[in-house]
Amino acid sequence: MTRSSLAGRWGYYVTGTALAILFLSPLLWSGWASLRTGTGFGLENYDRLFTSDNGIRVHHVVNSLTVSALTVAGTLLVATLGGYAFGRFRFPGRDLLFLLTLAILMVPYATILIALYVLLGWIGLQDSLIGLSLVLIMFQLPFSIFMMRNSFEAVPRELEESAQVDGCNSVSTLLRIMLPAVKPGLVTVGLFAFLTSWSEFFAPLILLNSTDQFTTTLAVVNMRTASHGSIDYAALEAGVVFMAVPCLLLFAFMQRSYVRGFTSGALKG
Amino acid sequence: MSTLTPSRSGKARPLPAPEAPRPPRRFRRGAARSRAALGALYATPTAVMVGLFFLVPLVLVGWMSLHKWPLLGAPTMNVPDNYTRIADNELVASAVWFTVKYTVLMTVGLFVVAFGLALLVQQRRRGVGFLRTAFLLPMAVGFASASLLFLGLLSDEIGPISDLLRKIGVIDGYVSWTSGSSESALGSAMVLVLWRFAGFNMLILLTGLQAIPLEVYEAARIDGASRWQTFRRVTIPLMRPTIALVLTMMITGSLLAFDQFWILTRGGPDNSTTSLVMVIYREAFIRLDLGSAAAISVALLAVLVVFNVIQLGVLRRRS
Repeated sequence: MTRSSLAGRWGYYVTGTALAILFLSPLLWSGWASLRTGTGFGLENYDRLFTSDNGIRVHHVVNSLTVSALTVAGTLLVATLGGYAFGRFRFPGRDLLFLLTLAILMVPYATILIALYVLLGWIGLQDSLIGLSLVLIMFQLPFSIFMMRNSFEAVPRELEESAQVDGCNSVSTLLRIMLPAVKPGLVTVGLFAFLTSWSEFFAPLILLNSTDQFTTTLAVVNMRTASHGSIDYAALEAGVVFMAVPCLLLFAFMQRSYVRGFTSGALKG
Repeated sequence: MSTLTPSRSGKARPLPAPEAPRPPRRFRRGAARSRAALGALYATPTAVMVGLFFLVPLVLVGWMSLHKWPLLGAPTMNVPDNYTRIADNELVASAVWFTVKYTVLMTVGLFVVAFGLALLVQQRRRGVGFLRTAFLLPMAVGFASASLLFLGLLSDEIGPISDLLRKIGVIDGYVSWTSGSSESALGSAMVLVLWRFAGFNMLILLTGLQAIPLEVYEAARIDGASRWQTFRRVTIPLMRPTIALVLTMMITGSLLAFDQFWILTRGGPDNSTTSLVMVIYREAFIRLDLGSAAAISVALLAVLVVFNVIQLGVLRRRS
Protein backbone atom coordinates (compact mmCIF):
# COMPACT_ATOMS: atom_id res chain seq x y z
CA MET A 1 0.00 0.00 0.00
CA THR A 2 1.37 3.39 -0.94
CA ARG A 3 1.88 6.06 1.64
CA SER A 4 -0.67 8.45 0.14
CA SER A 5 -3.50 5.90 0.03
CA LEU A 6 -2.76 4.96 3.64
CA ALA A 7 -2.98 8.64 4.60
CA GLY A 8 -6.20 8.88 2.59
CA ARG A 9 -7.68 6.00 4.51
CA TRP A 10 -6.71 7.55 7.80
CA GLY A 11 -8.14 10.86 6.72
CA TYR A 12 -11.34 9.12 5.73
CA TYR A 13 -11.79 7.38 9.05
CA VAL A 14 -10.87 10.43 11.11
CA THR A 15 -13.37 12.61 9.20
CA GLY A 16 -16.03 9.92 9.35
CA THR A 17 -15.64 9.32 13.06
CA ALA A 18 -15.64 13.04 13.86
CA LEU A 19 -18.85 13.54 11.86
CA ALA A 20 -20.48 10.48 13.44
CA ILE A 21 -19.70 11.86 16.90
CA LEU A 22 -21.12 15.22 15.87
CA PHE A 23 -24.39 13.61 14.74
CA LEU A 24 -24.72 11.22 17.68
CA SER A 25 -23.73 13.56 20.49
CA PRO A 26 -26.99 15.56 20.75
CA LEU A 27 -28.91 12.30 21.23
CA LEU A 28 -26.47 11.00 23.81
CA TRP A 29 -26.43 14.36 25.55
CA SER A 30 -30.23 14.51 25.87
CA GLY A 31 -30.25 11.06 27.48
CA TRP A 32 -27.51 12.13 29.86
CA ALA A 33 -29.14 15.47 30.67
CA SER A 34 -32.50 13.82 31.32
CA LEU A 35 -30.94 11.54 33.94
CA ARG A 36 -28.67 14.09 35.61
CA THR A 37 -29.92 15.49 38.87
CA GLY A 38 -28.48 18.03 41.27
CA THR A 39 -26.58 15.36 43.15
CA GLY A 40 -25.94 12.60 40.62
CA PHE A 41 -28.12 10.54 38.36
CA GLY A 42 -31.71 9.47 38.83
CA LEU A 43 -35.24 9.68 37.52
CA GLU A 44 -36.16 12.95 39.24
CA ASN A 45 -36.54 14.79 35.94
CA TYR A 46 -38.94 12.14 34.64
CA ASP A 47 -40.85 12.41 37.88
CA ARG A 48 -41.23 16.17 37.38
CA LEU A 49 -42.15 15.63 33.73
CA PHE A 50 -45.23 13.70 34.86
CA THR A 51 -46.12 15.62 38.03
CA SER A 52 -45.28 19.32 37.65
CA ASP A 53 -48.14 21.75 37.05
CA ASN A 54 -47.74 22.13 33.31
CA GLY A 55 -46.11 18.73 32.79
CA ILE A 56 -47.58 15.82 30.87
CA ARG A 57 -50.16 13.37 32.20
CA VAL A 58 -50.92 9.73 31.51
CA HIS A 59 -53.98 10.65 29.47
CA HIS A 60 -51.74 12.62 27.09
CA VAL A 61 -49.82 9.42 26.42
CA VAL A 62 -53.11 7.55 25.95
CA ASN A 63 -54.22 10.25 23.50
CA SER A 64 -51.00 9.85 21.53
CA LEU A 65 -51.38 6.08 21.44
CA THR A 66 -55.02 6.42 20.34
CA VAL A 67 -54.15 8.81 17.51
CA SER A 68 -51.25 6.62 16.41
CA ALA A 69 -53.35 3.43 16.45
CA LEU A 70 -56.19 5.05 14.52
CA THR A 71 -53.82 6.60 11.99
CA VAL A 72 -51.85 3.40 11.40
CA ALA A 73 -55.00 1.26 11.08
CA GLY A 74 -56.75 3.78 8.84
CA THR A 75 -53.72 4.37 6.62
CA LEU A 76 -53.14 0.64 6.18
CA LEU A 77 -56.79 0.04 5.31
CA VAL A 78 -57.17 2.89 2.81
CA ALA A 79 -53.72 2.42 1.26
CA THR A 80 -54.10 -1.35 0.87
CA LEU A 81 -57.46 -1.08 -0.89
CA GLY A 82 -56.31 1.94 -2.90
CA GLY A 83 -52.95 0.41 -3.80
CA TYR A 84 -54.74 -2.78 -4.94
CA ALA A 85 -57.12 -0.70 -7.06
CA PHE A 86 -54.39 1.44 -8.63
CA GLY A 87 -51.93 -1.42 -9.10
CA ARG A 88 -54.25 -4.13 -10.40
CA PHE A 89 -57.44 -2.65 -11.86
CA ARG A 90 -58.41 -0.32 -14.67
CA PHE A 91 -61.39 1.89 -14.03
CA PRO A 92 -62.55 5.28 -15.21
CA GLY A 93 -60.91 8.15 -13.32
CA ARG A 94 -58.07 5.99 -12.03
CA ASP A 95 -55.23 8.20 -13.22
CA LEU A 96 -57.00 11.38 -12.17
CA LEU A 97 -57.57 10.08 -8.64
CA PHE A 98 -53.96 8.94 -8.40
CA LEU A 99 -52.69 12.35 -9.48
CA LEU A 100 -55.03 14.10 -7.04
CA THR A 101 -53.70 11.91 -4.24
CA LEU A 102 -50.12 12.81 -5.10
CA ALA A 103 -51.11 16.49 -5.35
CA ILE A 104 -51.61 16.49 -1.57
CA LEU A 105 -47.81 16.72 -1.42
CA MET A 106 -47.80 19.93 -3.42
CA VAL A 107 -50.16 21.79 -1.14
CA PRO A 108 -48.68 23.23 2.02
CA TYR A 109 -49.87 21.73 5.23
CA ALA A 110 -50.77 25.03 6.85
CA THR A 111 -52.97 26.07 3.94
CA ILE A 112 -55.53 23.30 4.27
CA LEU A 113 -55.30 22.95 8.03
CA ILE A 114 -57.01 26.31 8.53
CA ALA A 115 -59.90 25.06 6.37
CA LEU A 116 -59.84 21.62 7.97
CA TYR A 117 -60.28 23.27 11.34
CA VAL A 118 -63.53 24.84 10.10
CA LEU A 119 -64.62 21.70 8.23
CA LEU A 120 -64.13 19.39 11.22
CA GLY A 121 -66.16 21.85 13.28
CA TRP A 122 -69.03 21.52 10.80
CA ILE A 123 -69.09 17.73 10.99
CA GLY A 124 -68.81 17.67 14.78
CA LEU A 125 -65.19 16.55 14.97
CA GLN A 126 -63.69 19.72 16.42
CA ASP A 127 -61.12 19.13 19.14
CA SER A 128 -61.42 15.38 18.52
CA LEU A 129 -58.78 12.67 18.30
CA ILE A 130 -60.78 10.96 15.53
CA GLY A 131 -60.83 14.16 13.47
CA LEU A 132 -57.08 14.57 13.96
CA SER A 133 -56.49 10.95 12.93
CA LEU A 134 -58.56 11.38 9.75
CA VAL A 135 -56.47 14.40 8.80
CA LEU A 136 -53.22 12.55 9.52
CA ILE A 137 -54.41 9.60 7.39
CA MET A 138 -55.09 12.01 4.51
CA PHE A 139 -51.58 13.48 4.80
CA GLN A 140 -50.09 9.95 4.79
CA LEU A 141 -51.96 8.95 1.62
CA PRO A 142 -49.60 10.23 -1.12
CA PHE A 143 -46.65 8.28 0.23
CA SER A 144 -48.71 5.24 1.28
CA ILE A 145 -50.76 4.90 -1.91
CA PHE A 146 -47.63 5.34 -4.02
CA MET A 147 -45.80 2.70 -2.00
CA MET A 148 -48.69 0.21 -2.03
CA ARG A 149 -49.42 0.70 -5.73
CA ASN A 150 -45.80 -0.14 -6.54
CA SER A 151 -45.92 -3.12 -4.19
CA PHE A 152 -49.08 -4.52 -5.80
CA GLU A 153 -47.72 -3.90 -9.30
CA ALA A 154 -44.61 -5.91 -8.43
CA VAL A 155 -46.57 -9.05 -7.56
CA PRO A 156 -46.35 -11.48 -10.51
CA ARG A 157 -49.58 -11.72 -12.55
CA GLU A 158 -49.41 -15.53 -12.55
CA LEU A 159 -49.84 -15.61 -8.78
CA GLU A 160 -53.11 -13.70 -8.98
CA GLU A 161 -54.31 -15.60 -12.04
CA SER A 162 -53.66 -19.00 -10.52
CA ALA A 163 -55.63 -17.93 -7.47
CA GLN A 164 -58.53 -16.91 -9.69
CA VAL A 165 -58.38 -20.15 -11.62
CA ASP A 166 -58.60 -21.86 -8.23
CA GLY A 167 -61.79 -19.94 -7.74
CA CYS A 168 -60.76 -17.17 -5.37
CA ASN A 169 -62.84 -14.04 -5.76
CA SER A 170 -61.05 -10.70 -5.65
CA VAL A 171 -61.46 -10.30 -1.89
CA SER A 172 -60.01 -13.68 -1.03
CA THR A 173 -57.27 -13.18 -3.65
CA LEU A 174 -56.40 -9.94 -1.89
CA LEU A 175 -56.44 -11.46 1.58
CA ARG A 176 -54.78 -14.82 0.90
CA ILE A 177 -52.44 -14.18 -2.02
CA MET A 178 -51.73 -10.49 -2.37
CA LEU A 179 -51.37 -9.34 1.24
CA PRO A 180 -48.56 -11.79 2.10
CA ALA A 181 -46.79 -10.71 -1.09
CA VAL A 182 -46.93 -6.98 -0.29
CA LYS A 183 -46.06 -7.37 3.39
CA PRO A 184 -42.78 -5.40 3.18
CA GLY A 185 -44.69 -2.44 1.73
CA LEU A 186 -47.30 -2.70 4.47
CA VAL A 187 -44.61 -2.70 7.15
CA THR A 188 -43.03 0.45 5.70
CA VAL A 189 -46.36 2.23 5.33
CA GLY A 190 -47.39 1.30 8.87
CA LEU A 191 -44.02 2.35 10.27
CA PHE A 192 -44.17 5.79 8.66
CA ALA A 193 -47.78 6.28 9.69
CA PHE A 194 -46.82 5.54 13.28
CA LEU A 195 -43.75 7.78 13.32
CA THR A 196 -45.62 10.71 11.76
CA SER A 197 -48.66 10.47 14.00
CA TRP A 198 -46.58 9.90 17.14
CA SER A 199 -44.33 12.92 16.55
CA GLU A 200 -46.63 15.26 14.63
CA PHE A 201 -46.87 18.74 16.11
CA PHE A 202 -48.49 21.24 13.76
CA ALA A 203 -51.75 19.38 12.99
CA PRO A 204 -52.61 18.65 16.64
CA LEU A 205 -51.62 22.22 17.55
CA ILE A 206 -54.28 23.53 15.20
CA LEU A 207 -56.96 20.85 15.55
CA LEU A 208 -56.91 20.19 19.31
CA ASN A 209 -57.95 22.97 21.68
CA SER A 210 -58.47 21.56 25.15
CA THR A 211 -55.46 20.43 27.17
CA ASP A 212 -57.31 17.19 27.98
CA GLN A 213 -57.16 16.21 24.33
CA PHE A 214 -53.48 17.12 23.85
CA THR A 215 -51.10 14.53 22.48
CA THR A 216 -47.78 13.99 24.28
CA THR A 217 -45.84 16.06 21.74
CA LEU A 218 -48.22 18.95 22.23
CA ALA A 219 -48.06 18.62 26.01
CA VAL A 220 -44.25 18.51 26.06
CA VAL A 221 -43.96 21.53 23.74
CA ASN A 222 -46.51 23.25 25.95
CA MET A 223 -44.03 22.99 28.84
CA ARG A 224 -41.84 25.36 26.83
CA THR A 225 -44.33 27.65 25.14
CA ALA A 226 -46.77 28.05 28.04
CA SER A 227 -44.08 28.74 30.61
CA HIS A 228 -43.91 32.40 31.51
CA GLY A 229 -41.07 32.15 33.95
CA SER A 230 -38.08 29.89 33.66
CA ILE A 231 -38.18 26.70 31.63
CA ASP A 232 -37.53 23.39 33.37
CA TYR A 233 -34.95 22.28 30.81
CA ALA A 234 -34.07 19.00 32.50
CA ALA A 235 -37.71 17.85 32.57
CA LEU A 236 -37.99 19.03 28.96
CA GLU A 237 -35.09 16.76 27.95
CA ALA A 238 -36.81 13.93 29.83
CA GLY A 239 -39.84 14.61 27.65
CA VAL A 240 -37.68 14.56 24.51
CA VAL A 241 -36.22 11.19 25.49
CA PHE A 242 -39.66 9.82 26.38
CA MET A 243 -40.94 10.81 22.93
CA ALA A 244 -37.85 9.66 21.04
CA VAL A 245 -37.20 6.24 22.59
CA PRO A 246 -40.06 4.38 20.84
CA CYS A 247 -39.01 5.89 17.49
CA LEU A 248 -35.32 5.09 18.02
CA LEU A 249 -36.17 1.49 18.97
CA LEU A 250 -38.29 1.09 15.84
CA PHE A 251 -35.46 2.56 13.81
CA ALA A 252 -32.95 0.15 15.32
CA PHE A 253 -35.07 -2.91 14.56
CA MET A 254 -36.55 -1.84 11.25
CA GLN A 255 -33.83 0.12 9.50
CA ARG A 256 -34.45 -1.83 6.30
CA SER A 257 -38.12 -0.82 6.09
CA TYR A 258 -37.11 2.72 6.91
CA VAL A 259 -34.59 2.98 4.12
CA ARG A 260 -37.04 1.41 1.66
CA GLY A 261 -39.56 4.10 2.51
CA PHE A 262 -37.12 6.96 2.11
CA THR A 263 -35.69 5.78 -1.15
CA SER A 264 -38.78 4.44 -2.94
CA GLY A 265 -39.82 7.89 -4.05
CA ALA A 266 -36.33 8.84 -5.18
CA LEU A 267 -35.86 5.68 -7.23
CA LYS A 268 -39.16 5.87 -9.02
CA GLY A 269 -39.53 9.60 -9.27
CA MET B 1 -53.96 -22.82 -3.23
CA SER B 2 -55.44 -25.63 -5.30
CA THR B 3 -57.26 -26.87 -2.22
CA LEU B 4 -59.56 -23.88 -2.34
CA THR B 5 -63.05 -24.74 -3.52
CA PRO B 6 -64.28 -22.99 -6.64
CA SER B 7 -66.48 -20.01 -5.96
CA ARG B 8 -70.15 -20.86 -6.03
CA SER B 9 -71.25 -18.49 -8.73
CA GLY B 10 -68.15 -18.80 -10.88
CA LYS B 11 -68.69 -15.36 -12.33
CA ALA B 12 -65.39 -13.97 -11.10
CA ARG B 13 -63.38 -15.87 -13.71
CA PRO B 14 -61.84 -13.31 -16.04
CA LEU B 15 -59.79 -15.89 -17.98
CA PRO B 16 -61.57 -17.48 -20.92
CA ALA B 17 -60.62 -21.11 -21.40
CA PRO B 18 -57.78 -21.14 -23.97
CA GLU B 19 -59.21 -24.07 -25.91
CA ALA B 20 -62.56 -22.37 -26.45
CA PRO B 21 -62.91 -21.84 -30.22
CA ARG B 22 -64.55 -18.44 -29.96
CA PRO B 23 -64.41 -16.58 -26.65
CA PRO B 24 -67.88 -15.40 -25.70
CA ARG B 25 -67.42 -11.66 -26.25
CA ARG B 26 -70.42 -10.49 -24.35
CA PHE B 27 -69.25 -12.42 -21.34
CA ARG B 28 -65.76 -10.92 -21.59
CA ARG B 29 -66.98 -7.39 -21.93
CA GLY B 30 -69.23 -7.91 -18.93
CA ALA B 31 -66.35 -9.34 -16.93
CA ALA B 32 -64.13 -6.38 -17.81
CA ARG B 33 -66.88 -4.00 -16.78
CA SER B 34 -67.48 -5.74 -13.49
CA ARG B 35 -63.74 -5.77 -12.88
CA ALA B 36 -63.63 -2.02 -13.45
CA ALA B 37 -66.49 -1.59 -11.01
CA LEU B 38 -64.60 -3.69 -8.50
CA GLY B 39 -61.48 -1.53 -8.93
CA ALA B 40 -63.54 1.61 -8.45
CA LEU B 41 -65.01 0.06 -5.32
CA TYR B 42 -61.56 -0.61 -3.87
CA ALA B 43 -60.56 2.96 -4.70
CA THR B 44 -63.63 4.44 -2.98
CA PRO B 45 -62.05 4.93 0.48
CA THR B 46 -59.16 6.79 -1.16
CA ALA B 47 -61.57 8.92 -3.18
CA VAL B 48 -63.62 9.77 -0.09
CA MET B 49 -60.55 10.71 1.93
CA VAL B 50 -59.01 12.79 -0.86
CA GLY B 51 -62.32 14.44 -1.68
CA LEU B 52 -63.51 15.23 1.82
CA PHE B 53 -60.22 16.09 3.51
CA PHE B 54 -58.21 17.52 0.62
CA LEU B 55 -60.39 18.90 -2.19
CA VAL B 56 -63.15 20.34 0.01
CA PRO B 57 -60.69 22.17 2.31
CA LEU B 58 -58.81 23.42 -0.74
CA VAL B 59 -61.99 25.03 -2.11
CA LEU B 60 -63.00 26.13 1.37
CA VAL B 61 -59.76 27.98 2.02
CA GLY B 62 -60.32 29.94 -1.18
CA TRP B 63 -63.90 30.66 -0.14
CA MET B 64 -62.78 31.70 3.35
CA SER B 65 -60.24 34.12 1.90
CA LEU B 66 -63.16 36.08 0.38
CA HIS B 67 -64.86 36.57 3.75
CA LYS B 68 -64.44 38.25 7.04
CA TRP B 69 -64.33 34.95 8.90
CA PRO B 70 -63.98 35.26 12.67
CA LEU B 71 -63.00 32.18 14.68
CA LEU B 72 -66.45 32.31 16.30
CA GLY B 73 -69.52 33.82 14.66
CA ALA B 74 -70.95 34.06 11.17
CA PRO B 75 -68.73 34.95 8.21
CA THR B 76 -69.54 37.89 5.94
CA MET B 77 -68.32 38.52 2.41
CA ASN B 78 -65.64 41.23 2.21
CA VAL B 79 -63.86 40.78 -1.14
CA PRO B 80 -61.05 41.73 -1.56
CA ASP B 81 -60.23 43.14 1.88
CA ASN B 82 -58.27 40.12 3.10
CA TYR B 83 -55.99 40.35 0.08
CA THR B 84 -55.47 44.10 0.08
CA ARG B 85 -54.70 43.94 3.78
CA ILE B 86 -51.84 41.48 3.18
CA ALA B 87 -49.91 44.33 1.61
CA ASP B 88 -50.44 46.55 4.65
CA ASN B 89 -49.49 43.87 7.13
CA GLU B 90 -45.94 44.73 8.20
CA LEU B 91 -45.43 41.38 9.83
CA VAL B 92 -46.22 39.65 6.52
CA ALA B 93 -43.60 41.74 4.73
CA SER B 94 -40.89 40.97 7.26
CA ALA B 95 -41.93 37.29 7.39
CA VAL B 96 -41.76 36.98 3.61
CA TRP B 97 -38.31 38.51 3.57
CA PHE B 98 -37.13 36.33 6.44
CA THR B 99 -38.63 33.13 4.97
CA VAL B 100 -36.95 33.74 1.61
CA LYS B 101 -33.62 34.47 3.28
CA TYR B 102 -33.93 31.34 5.41
CA THR B 103 -34.90 29.24 2.39
CA VAL B 104 -31.84 30.33 0.40
CA LEU B 105 -29.38 29.84 3.27
CA MET B 106 -30.93 26.55 4.40
CA THR B 107 -31.14 25.03 0.93
CA VAL B 108 -27.51 25.84 0.13
CA GLY B 109 -26.25 24.66 3.53
CA LEU B 110 -28.32 21.50 3.63
CA PHE B 111 -27.48 20.57 0.05
CA VAL B 112 -23.72 20.97 0.53
CA VAL B 113 -23.68 19.00 3.78
CA ALA B 114 -25.99 16.24 2.50
CA PHE B 115 -24.02 15.84 -0.73
CA GLY B 116 -20.76 15.75 1.22
CA LEU B 117 -22.10 13.02 3.48
CA ALA B 118 -23.42 11.04 0.50
CA LEU B 119 -19.98 11.14 -1.17
CA LEU B 120 -18.39 10.11 2.11
CA VAL B 121 -20.51 6.98 2.55
CA GLN B 122 -20.85 6.18 -1.15
CA GLN B 123 -18.34 3.35 -1.37
CA ARG B 124 -18.70 0.08 0.44
CA ARG B 125 -15.92 -0.25 2.92
CA ARG B 126 -15.55 -1.17 6.51
CA GLY B 127 -17.47 1.08 8.90
CA VAL B 128 -19.66 2.71 6.26
CA GLY B 129 -22.80 1.04 7.62
CA PHE B 130 -22.11 2.57 11.02
CA LEU B 131 -21.58 6.03 9.53
CA ARG B 132 -24.82 5.85 7.52
CA THR B 133 -26.75 4.83 10.63
CA ALA B 134 -25.17 7.64 12.65
CA PHE B 135 -26.17 10.25 10.07
CA LEU B 136 -29.69 8.82 9.71
CA LEU B 137 -30.48 8.38 13.39
CA PRO B 138 -31.58 12.01 14.02
CA MET B 139 -34.33 11.39 11.44
CA ALA B 140 -35.99 8.99 13.89
CA VAL B 141 -36.56 11.80 16.40
CA GLY B 142 -39.70 13.84 15.75
CA PHE B 143 -38.98 17.36 14.54
CA ALA B 144 -40.76 19.02 17.47
CA SER B 145 -38.82 16.82 19.90
CA ALA B 146 -35.59 17.63 18.07
CA SER B 147 -36.36 21.34 18.42
CA LEU B 148 -36.84 20.91 22.17
CA LEU B 149 -33.64 18.87 22.33
CA PHE B 150 -31.70 21.74 20.75
CA LEU B 151 -33.42 24.27 22.97
CA GLY B 152 -31.83 22.52 25.95
CA LEU B 153 -28.56 21.80 24.15
CA LEU B 154 -28.08 25.48 23.24
CA SER B 155 -29.37 26.87 26.53
CA ASP B 156 -27.01 28.39 29.02
CA GLU B 157 -28.79 26.64 31.90
CA ILE B 158 -28.04 23.01 31.08
CA GLY B 159 -26.49 23.06 27.61
CA PRO B 160 -22.82 22.18 27.19
CA ILE B 161 -22.23 24.35 24.10
CA SER B 162 -21.75 27.68 25.84
CA ASP B 163 -19.50 26.13 28.49
CA LEU B 164 -17.41 24.48 25.84
CA LEU B 165 -16.99 27.66 23.81
CA ARG B 166 -16.18 29.66 26.92
CA LYS B 167 -13.49 27.17 27.86
CA ILE B 168 -11.74 27.46 24.53
CA GLY B 169 -12.16 31.21 24.60
CA VAL B 170 -14.49 31.75 21.63
CA ILE B 171 -17.07 33.58 23.74
CA ASP B 172 -17.09 35.06 27.17
CA GLY B 173 -19.97 35.75 29.48
CA TYR B 174 -23.56 34.80 28.91
CA VAL B 175 -24.75 34.07 25.39
CA SER B 176 -28.34 33.31 24.48
CA TRP B 177 -28.07 31.43 21.22
CA THR B 178 -31.75 30.99 20.48
CA SER B 179 -32.94 34.48 21.37
CA GLY B 180 -29.90 36.69 21.79
CA SER B 181 -29.71 38.15 18.28
CA SER B 182 -31.54 37.47 15.06
CA GLU B 183 -28.37 36.03 13.50
CA SER B 184 -27.71 33.57 16.31
CA ALA B 185 -31.41 32.61 16.45
CA LEU B 186 -31.38 31.89 12.71
CA GLY B 187 -28.07 30.03 13.09
CA SER B 188 -29.49 27.89 15.89
CA ALA B 189 -32.46 26.88 13.78
CA MET B 190 -30.20 26.09 10.82
CA VAL B 191 -27.91 23.87 12.90
CA LEU B 192 -31.00 22.04 14.17
CA VAL B 193 -32.37 21.48 10.66
CA LEU B 194 -28.94 20.38 9.38
CA TRP B 195 -28.65 17.84 12.17
CA ARG B 196 -32.17 16.51 11.67
CA PHE B 197 -32.43 16.44 7.85
CA ALA B 198 -28.89 16.00 6.47
CA GLY B 199 -29.09 12.21 6.80
CA PHE B 200 -32.43 11.99 5.03
CA ASN B 201 -31.20 14.02 2.06
CA MET B 202 -27.93 12.11 2.09
CA LEU B 203 -29.90 8.88 1.66
CA ILE B 204 -31.80 10.18 -1.35
CA LEU B 205 -28.64 11.55 -2.98
CA LEU B 206 -26.96 8.23 -2.24
CA THR B 207 -29.58 6.30 -4.23
CA GLY B 208 -28.90 8.68 -7.12
CA LEU B 209 -25.13 8.17 -6.82
CA GLN B 210 -25.46 4.41 -6.72
CA ALA B 211 -27.70 4.37 -9.78
CA ILE B 212 -24.76 5.59 -11.90
CA PRO B 213 -23.23 2.52 -13.59
CA LEU B 214 -19.60 1.82 -12.70
CA GLU B 215 -18.70 1.52 -16.39
CA VAL B 216 -19.30 5.24 -16.84
CA TYR B 217 -16.65 6.02 -14.23
CA GLU B 218 -14.40 3.39 -15.81
CA ALA B 219 -14.72 5.10 -19.18
CA ALA B 220 -13.96 8.50 -17.66
CA ARG B 221 -10.86 7.07 -16.02
CA ILE B 222 -9.64 5.54 -19.27
CA ASP B 223 -10.12 8.91 -20.96
CA GLY B 224 -7.78 10.34 -18.34
CA ALA B 225 -10.31 12.50 -16.53
CA SER B 226 -9.23 13.82 -13.13
CA ARG B 227 -11.36 13.24 -10.05
CA TRP B 228 -12.80 16.76 -10.20
CA GLN B 229 -13.51 16.49 -13.93
CA THR B 230 -15.28 13.18 -13.38
CA PHE B 231 -17.38 14.72 -10.65
CA ARG B 232 -18.30 17.77 -12.71
CA ARG B 233 -18.82 16.11 -16.08
CA VAL B 234 -20.13 12.69 -15.10
CA THR B 235 -21.56 12.60 -11.60
CA ILE B 236 -23.40 15.92 -11.52
CA PRO B 237 -25.13 15.63 -14.94
CA LEU B 238 -26.22 12.04 -14.27
CA MET B 239 -27.50 13.03 -10.84
CA ARG B 240 -29.65 15.84 -12.19
CA PRO B 241 -33.09 14.30 -11.51
CA THR B 242 -32.12 13.32 -7.97
CA ILE B 243 -30.62 16.76 -7.32
CA ALA B 244 -33.78 18.41 -8.61
CA LEU B 245 -35.92 16.25 -6.33
CA VAL B 246 -33.80 16.99 -3.27
CA LEU B 247 -33.67 20.73 -3.99
CA THR B 248 -37.45 20.88 -4.47
CA MET B 249 -38.05 19.17 -1.16
CA MET B 250 -35.57 21.45 0.60
CA ILE B 251 -37.07 24.63 -0.86
CA THR B 252 -40.67 23.61 -0.20
CA GLY B 253 -39.81 22.47 3.33
CA SER B 254 -38.00 25.72 4.11
CA LEU B 255 -40.78 27.93 2.74
CA LEU B 256 -43.18 26.12 5.08
CA ALA B 257 -40.92 26.28 8.14
CA PHE B 258 -42.80 26.40 11.42
CA ASP B 259 -41.79 23.98 14.20
CA GLN B 260 -38.16 25.07 14.44
CA PHE B 261 -39.02 28.77 14.88
CA TRP B 262 -42.17 28.26 16.92
CA ILE B 263 -40.35 26.08 19.45
CA LEU B 264 -36.71 27.15 19.31
CA THR B 265 -36.80 30.91 18.82
CA ARG B 266 -40.49 31.78 19.38
CA GLY B 267 -40.09 33.93 16.27
CA GLY B 268 -37.86 36.32 18.13
CA PRO B 269 -36.04 38.39 18.96
CA ASP B 270 -38.51 41.10 17.90
CA ASN B 271 -40.25 38.89 15.30
CA SER B 272 -36.99 38.70 13.36
CA THR B 273 -37.32 34.92 12.93
CA THR B 274 -41.07 34.81 12.31
CA SER B 275 -41.77 32.63 9.27
CA LEU B 276 -44.75 32.92 6.93
CA VAL B 277 -46.54 29.89 8.35
CA MET B 278 -46.14 31.39 11.83
CA VAL B 279 -47.89 34.51 10.57
CA ILE B 280 -50.74 32.36 9.20
CA TYR B 281 -51.07 30.67 12.57
CA ARG B 282 -51.01 34.01 14.37
CA GLU B 283 -53.67 35.55 12.12
CA ALA B 284 -55.94 32.54 12.63
CA PHE B 285 -55.57 31.57 16.26
CA ILE B 286 -54.18 34.61 18.04
CA ARG B 287 -55.83 37.41 16.09
CA LEU B 288 -58.81 35.06 15.46
CA ASP B 289 -59.12 36.22 11.86
CA LEU B 290 -59.45 33.07 9.75
CA GLY B 291 -60.22 35.02 6.57
CA SER B 292 -56.91 36.85 6.68
CA ALA B 293 -55.07 33.60 7.44
CA ALA B 294 -56.82 31.98 4.48
CA ALA B 295 -55.81 34.82 2.14
CA ILE B 296 -52.13 34.53 3.10
CA SER B 297 -52.44 30.74 2.70
CA VAL B 298 -53.87 31.11 -0.79
CA ALA B 299 -51.03 33.46 -1.78
CA LEU B 300 -48.43 31.04 -0.43
CA LEU B 301 -50.19 28.16 -2.16
CA ALA B 302 -50.13 30.00 -5.48
CA VAL B 303 -46.38 30.64 -5.19
CA LEU B 304 -45.69 27.00 -4.40
CA VAL B 305 -47.87 25.66 -7.20
CA VAL B 306 -46.18 27.96 -9.72
CA PHE B 307 -42.80 26.92 -8.38
CA ASN B 308 -43.67 23.21 -8.60
CA VAL B 309 -45.04 23.53 -12.12
CA ILE B 310 -41.89 25.32 -13.30
CA GLN B 311 -39.75 22.71 -11.63
CA LEU B 312 -41.72 19.84 -13.21
CA GLY B 313 -41.44 21.53 -16.59
CA VAL B 314 -37.68 21.89 -16.27
CA LEU B 315 -37.35 18.27 -15.21
CA ARG B 316 -39.45 16.99 -18.08
CA ARG B 317 -37.60 19.03 -20.70
CA ARG B 318 -34.27 17.64 -19.58
CA SER B 319 -35.29 14.02 -19.42
